[in-house]
Amino acid sequence: MRINCPLCGTRDRREFTYYGDAVYANRPAEGAPIEAWDDYLHLRDNPAGETRDLWYHELGCSAWIEVTRNTVTHEISATRLLTDRKKPAKRGKKT
Amino acid sequence: MRYSGFRVISEGFFGNKGWTPAWRDPDPKPEYEVVIIGGGGHGLSTAYYLAKNHGITNIAVLEKGYLGGGNVGRNTTIVRANYFLPGNQEFYSHSLKLWEGLEADLNYNVMHSQRGLINLFHSDGQRDAFARRGNAMINQGDDAELLDREGVRRHLPYLDFEQTRFPIYGGLLHRRGGSARHDAVAWGYARGADQRGVDLIQNCEVTGIDIVDGRVTGVQTTRGAIKAKKVGIIVAGRSGQVAAMAGMRLPVESHILQAFVTEGLKPVIDHVVSFGMGHFYISQSDKGGLVFGGDLDFYSSYAARGNLPMVEHVMEAGMTLMPMIGKAKVLRSWGGIMDMTPDGSPIIDKTDVGGLYIDCGWNYGGFKAVPASGWCMAHLMATGDSHEYARRFRLNRFVTGHLLDEEGTGSQHNLH
Repeated sequence: MRINCPLCGTRDRREFTYYGDAVYANRPAEGAPIEAWDDYLHLRDNPAGETRDLWYHELGCSAWIEVTRNTVTHEISATRLLTDRKKPAKRGKKT
Repeated sequence: MRYSGFRVISEGFFGNKGWTPAWRDPDPKPEYEVVIIGGGGHGLSTAYYLAKNHGITNIAVLEKGYLGGGNVGRNTTIVRANYFLPGNQEFYSHSLKLWEGLEADLNYNVMHSQRGLINLFHSDGQRDAFARRGNAMINQGDDAELLDREGVRRHLPYLDFEQTRFPIYGGLLHRRGGSARHDAVAWGYARGADQRGVDLIQNCEVTGIDIVDGRVTGVQTTRGAIKAKKVGIIVAGRSGQVAAMAGMRLPVESHILQAFVTEGLKPVIDHVVSFGMGHFYISQSDKGGLVFGGDLDFYSSYAARGNLPMVEHVMEAGMTLMPMIGKAKVLRSWGGIMDMTPDGSPIIDKTDVGGLYIDCGWNYGGFKAVPASGWCMAHLMATGDSHEYARRFRLNRFVTGHLLDEEGTGSQHNLH
């Protein structure tokens, strides 16, 4: 599996550390109800198909990247910097 | 048909023509008292103990593929009771006791072999942790022995004791640990359940769960609608999808765990051995193949196949520990879909839907738990109360904070 880093280009999966579902980017506000924290930390849609998750380019530019990925085929359809989440997704080269 | 040594010999005289299929292949009836979704180890053992312990035999086990075709048919077959936390300890201790009587109980040879499990440690800190774990196991009533370096050498002379990167300080020996024949466990439970009247229905995928006024009334399947008073979801890596049919989100993420087997070799590894630094574990099957595995691939996946970096990592760990296996040829590898929970412990509980129960979250430790999981799930489905040995395996423990993080690695699905 190769991942297209928006800053460095397509790199081997070994350069990246997987953090988890993209829900981790939506940290609840301080004082949010306990159910919101349960949602954030534990509960998952766990789809067999397209999912979005967070990868850290540890052995590269240290960017946090949101990867749109298929959990059945391992195909990666899009990547973007976590800081670009409010902009529309840039379609990456299929790898 | 009862199996026995006499039967094997007498069939041999008559061309083995007297054997009959081990279970029926029935069509689904329109209604059952209990429907079990999932014909793997846990689903089959639940059906078996519902019939045997609780006298409930009007049961259908629905399997979308063939019986035992999922994780119970593809794992590294380790059976052990070396858990530390109250809640896990008594459960796995009970499971091991069931394993010890399983063949007589099922009248089926599951090839359970208590060859001893040795967990190696490689630092003073790890030794302290294992000494503490061993004491906890002894307090639970199970067995544990702390071996020093020479003690390990007597059991496992073929390890690389000279390497300096991860020096072997000793090991925790669990003599009652070992392995079993994975398929036979599924087949034994399937046969036992079938003999007690349970319908095992294969090639029958559940496509919907019918809920009326907050109570389950049955399931929709590729072979028609089936009514049921109680439904159990026991589908391992597919738990997320089946639970979604009942409108539930689970604290579960599915990950890939790879395992490997070599060509058949003469007997060389007599124990189950785990490497404390590389997350590598190995045993030798009765056919002679070395069966070994390592960590998850670390990202969520349903691909049922892994990626090369973890293959490389597992091979490196094996070579670090026992260079003698370097010339063995790997015959095949496979990836199982593991239902990972945020604390690494399972769930056996009722849901918010009346009559709907769930048994999931076995991470990559489900094989040894097959007997006790079925035992406790059957108790729950028959009586409505959690079995005392599974009382901590609650669905809501992530909200209440009663987590069971055996490894102490934190609240992330891929870290256990």
